[in-house]
Amino acid sequence: MIRNSMEEKEEKNKYSIIVPTYNERLNIALTIYLIFKHLQNVNFEVIVVDDGSPDGTQEIVKQLQQVYGEDCILLRPRPKKLGLGTAYMHGLKHATGNFVVIMDADLSHHPKYLPSFIKKQIETGASIVTGTRYVKGGGVHGWNLMRKLTSRGANVLAHTLLWPGVSDLTGSFRLYQKSVLEDVISSCVSKGYVFQMEMIVRASRKGYHIEEVPITFVDRVYGSSKLGGSEIVEYLKGLLYLLVTT
Amino acid sequence: MKHIVKIMALLVALSAFWISLLQTSVLPQSYTWLLPLYFIVSLGCYGLLMVGVGLIQFPTCPHEAILLQKDIVEAKGFLKEKGVDIGSE
Repeated sequence: MIRNSMEEKEEKNKYSIIVPTYNERLNIALTIYLIFKHLQNVNFEVIVVDDGSPDGTQEIVKQLQQVYGEDCILLRPRPKKLGLGTAYMHGLKHATGNFVVIMDADLSHHPKYLPSFIKKQIETGASIVTGTRYVKGGGVHGWNLMRKLTSRGANVLAHTLLWPGVSDLTGSFRLYQKSVLEDVISSCVSKGYVFQMEMIVRASRKGYHIEEVPITFVDRVYGSSKLGGSEIVEYLKGLLYLLVTT
Repeated sequence: MKHIVKIMALLVALSAFWISLLQTSVLPQSYTWLLPLYFIVSLGCYGLLMVGVGLIQFPTCPHEAILLQKDIVEAKGFLKEKGVDIGSE
């Protein structure tokens, strides 16, 4: 009986997966293949928001549309790099689902976790399901000691100061009820890592029901990820900003 | 209420408690004067301890990297078959 009603809900729900890209020609193809592999019998669409990549990312998305259908993969490009927050807003405008998933296209977010996000949301009725690397079943691969130390330090600092009630603040693999994402995103102004943290802290302060699922994070296979001194300074500024505005 | 206000309220409450201890001298004055220092030091120790524990218990997943490589090979095979131009890399 419970199973039946869960299946019914699943059928009614539609999931819009927003994937911002910049020079992710190969990664976006692999990601989309994996999304379609792991989301069978689910009503969904992938919205690729490409910020004018010079490497032909849009070209490859068009080819993928030929394979999977233009109604399942929407390409909604923007002329140039305009930032992550506005990329989500841009994608959101074109989303037709009642749920929105945001994820990175660099394969650090594996689409095989999508079913567990969906299942968790249906089981708990949560407004937001966020992927966390820091619980049992989750994890990170490809970070050196320095990167781990920075991450732990940042996390302890944020938890001591903000009491957010969520274990992974800077992760960006999340499922939102569409109306909740629209509400939260409109009040967020930060960029980069801080943007992800601001989203979840504001949502938590607004009293939205947030659940977590474990995810593993394999640092970029193709291309490079960066974390330097300026990111750390930005993070600290963001923390201070959240402290006085939320 | 802004979060900073909550933290400030907490600090004010702690200070009030401390001042009242100073006034009533339940504890010897010399101990009481050092309490804020102990508080700051223990806060620092807590932070370092949490970072240390987090670092020791940092969850890693080398197995996932291998699985991902398999997925990549599988995906590339499929995409090539469908004529998607993913390059020769």
